[in-house]
Amino acid sequence: MAGEIIRSNQSGEVTMRLWRGDDTGGEFVEYVMPAQEGEVVLDVIHRVQATEAPDLACRWNCKAGKCGSCSAEINGRPALMCMTRMDTLPQGEAVTVAPMRAFPILRDLVTDVSYNFEVAKRIPPLSAREKTEDEEEAGGYRMAQIDVERSQEFRKCIECFLCQDVCHVVRDHEENKTAYAGPRFFIRSAELEMHPLDTNDRRQLLQEDQGLGKCNITKCCTEVCPEHIKITDNAIIPLKERVVDAKYDPVAWLGRKIRNRSKRTADEAGAEAPSSGPAAVMPPGGAHGVPLPHLVDAPVLATAPVGPPAADGDTDGAASDDTTA
Amino acid sequence: MTEYESHEFDVVIIGAGGAGLRAAVEAQTMGLKTAVVCKSLLGKAHTVMAEGGMAAAMGNVYPEDNWKVHFRDTMRGGKLLNNYRMAELHAQEAPDRVRELEAWGALFDRTEDGLILQRDFGGHRYARLAHVGDRTGLELIRTMQQKAVADGMEVFMELKVLRLLHDADGVVSGLVGYWRPTGTFVVIKAKSVVMATGGVGKSWMYTSNSWESTGDGHAMALWAGADLIDMECIQFHPTGMVWPLSVRGILVTEGVRGDGGVLRNSEGTRFMFDYVPDMFRAETADSEDEADMWYDDHTAGRRPPELLPRDEVARSINSEVKAGRGSPHGGVYLDIATRRTAEDIRRRLPSMYHQFKELAGVDITAEAMEVGPTCHYIMGGVRVDADSTAATVPGLFAAGEVAGGMHGANRLGGNSLSDLLVFGRRAGLGAAEFASTRTGGIDLDEGQIRAAIDAAVAPFERESGENPYDIQQDLQETMQRLVGIIRTGSELEEALVKLEELEDRASDIALTGGTKYNPGWNLTTDLPSMLTVSRCTTMGALNRKESRGGQTRDDFPKADPEMGKVNFVERIPDPSAARRGVGGTPSVRSITSQPEAVPVMPDDMKALLEEAL
Repeated sequence: MAGEIIRSNQSGEVTMRLWRGDDTGGEFVEYVMPAQEGEVVLDVIHRVQATEAPDLACRWNCKAGKCGSCSAEINGRPALMCMTRMDTLPQGEAVTVAPMRAFPILRDLVTDVSYNFEVAKRIPPLSAREKTEDEEEAGGYRMAQIDVERSQEFRKCIECFLCQDVCHVVRDHEENKTAYAGPRFFIRSAELEMHPLDTNDRRQLLQEDQGLGKCNITKCCTEVCPEHIKITDNAIIPLKERVVDAKYDPVAWLGRKIRNRSKRTADEAGAEAPSSGPAAVMPPGGAHGVPLPHLVDAPVLATAPVGPPAADGDTDGAASDDTTA
Repeated sequence: MTEYESHEFDVVIIGAGGAGLRAAVEAQTMGLKTAVVCKSLLGKAHTVMAEGGMAAAMGNVYPEDNWKVHFRDTMRGGKLLNNYRMAELHAQEAPDRVRELEAWGALFDRTEDGLILQRDFGGHRYARLAHVGDRTGLELIRTMQQKAVADGMEVFMELKVLRLLHDADGVVSGLVGYWRPTGTFVVIKAKSVVMATGGVGKSWMYTSNSWESTGDGHAMALWAGADLIDMECIQFHPTGMVWPLSVRGILVTEGVRGDGGVLRNSEGTRFMFDYVPDMFRAETADSEDEADMWYDDHTAGRRPPELLPRDEVARSINSEVKAGRGSPHGGVYLDIATRRTAEDIRRRLPSMYHQFKELAGVDITAEAMEVGPTCHYIMGGVRVDADSTAATVPGLFAAGEVAGGMHGANRLGGNSLSDLLVFGRRAGLGAAEFASTRTGGIDLDEGQIRAAIDAAVAPFERESGENPYDIQQDLQETMQRLVGIIRTGSELEEALVKLEELEDRASDIALTGGTKYNPGWNLTTDLPSMLTVSRCTTMGALNRKESRGGQTRDDFPKADPEMGKVNFVERIPDPSAARRGVGGTPSVRSITSQPEAVPVMPDDMKALLEEAL
């Protein structure tokens, strides 16, 4: 009754050009492996580890596109290694895999993504409204499917941070990281802004603390999102509109004041952000806003995954503060 | 001498999946200084892979549902091997845990009147699974992660724990491990420790589990003197992907069947009608027409046989393939394309659609999926007190997949996510209470710490030796081939010998490349756990001379009522004196396995098993 073990068909060879190195520098190293039917990039990297380079660093978990751990730049395009099939890449050419460029390198294909975990701490959590009498009786909140769907789209996010990697506000501007939350956290704020139960008003925080105005809506983030979340259209642009309304439209302001679902101000909401709490403990030399020396021979986007930055000449990351037009 | 850094907390939780985070939130809420330690980044734990939903008798879809029916379903699904008290607490408390999650931000799918929608799953009498499409685990972990961050939780990410530490009285008092990014060592002193490390699936070749599921918590608890139970009860989920080979084992949610999908063999027959066991015959449809009426109205017909508990369905698929009625790649067909509209399928099962489209080139709205059993979950684990989750050594608590008893011999789908929250919370409470009442300072034994660190770096000092990946692969082949879904005595004996050989080989691993983010080294330090849990599973499987739930013996094909009265308990009688195995841990040869009585159910609970039908 022995369990069967199945062997794969082999056909030819594949050449992997993998970044090897750390925060002090490195280089691409080529590995030639037998090709196997139906494999994804991560499978081949695992075979490189198992045979030629057991110390090849590569972060991964689920290998099914659900955990968002194995982000890298494959032939210059930010993508998940576990969801990129080898047969979708140009055949007969070496496959180049480099670490995400926007984050400091730890080793080989692994980067220090702690910037994202620091930003997460600055977002005030959901502050749910009280249950109504009817809801107390029914044993739970009542929300219509159509009302939860907007936020559900953003909650599909697997935190692969590819959108953060490709966002040129931080990709080439380390200095912007202190005052810019990035696309992943704009959708987090959008999710909370549109959450049927939330009572916080997050607009001032978005503008003043999270740098929403720096986003030039070039949609690079949307293009690389493995969950196909419409980051720019469904989250960032509506947020920008809400922020503008808050600033300039007294009628809208009054309207919000007199609606029965009153939202709390940014100062009140901000006071709940846990940023002043204990920091996540990181390994020595890890993070805490101390960027590691950047890669010398930095891998670049060989084939741009997205169009050029918006043609308004003001896209150099240090963008003007209000680009919502 | 290798340096290490030191930290001190009241409660430390190992594992940041649903159970670990829920425990941490509870302990922190009790006012204790709490930390979470996890092997990966925060939010990547295996909980994220759970798809179908979390079971809770909220009665939003079927008002007749209540905790008593849920309790009965859980016990019958577990073939009555469960710790009844755990099943009772779970059924009673799950609805509150779901509602609490909602107040923390989780956005479940809704019913027409705005309440949390519940879906059907195998073995559950009523539609009971609160869900978000087919990504419920992601919703759970993200909600708990965001709650923990909002509470200012301290999280030690990418930290591999090597060993639990204990004080002179044998009370668990902390841990030693290393940062994976830097390879430097860490000691955390704590008044109590919660084990929430998840499962063991990585020791099998075809598994739905990630690399992290190496049984670290099971093994560390055993090495610390704790009892493990039911380790032979492994759930092979009936529907894993089978092709292409590189994705073999990846989970296909039971939600496909809950939402109308059916299983067919190569002849197009809905074969599950041929495999209905007596225990479930009264409640299972005996024709396709009757089964199909049930989906819309559970009173119009009895439930379809595709929704029998997972162990039954997995064994049936195995039999069809063995009989030569399988699909081209050794599975069977799971068909939802002919049963539901394309729009419905994409809305209810978006990640399944995506997964098959991108990884297998299959459009599940137009074609059937090829599926087969995959190693998914271990019912067995650390023996705990149901109410407090205390293990059998003081200072140690366990919750989630690493704990045993709740699910008996077979877990029902959807009962895992609710288990994480119910017992995660209880573990947080139990550990907080223990820590609050623990008096005096904690003295750790420097010798224990040194021994663990020295053993961990020893492979770098060897000039030549074994490759850890070769050992992992041989272990996976051994477990897949000899301790898989169908077992037999002679093969289990063979597996025991193989495991001893593998232990000897793993003691001779040689490594290069330093300790900084070195996957070869990380694997080397996971191997002692993998070998230990594999040994426990094999010993339990050999001793349980019957077939029950996640233990199927070809040579003992029937359930034996006498065996149903005992758990097989694995332990190491005197861990500090035991012979050494890999990396300074007790040898797998020092593990014992013996039968001990299952907790006896009071009569009023026994009555529930019958009356609710």
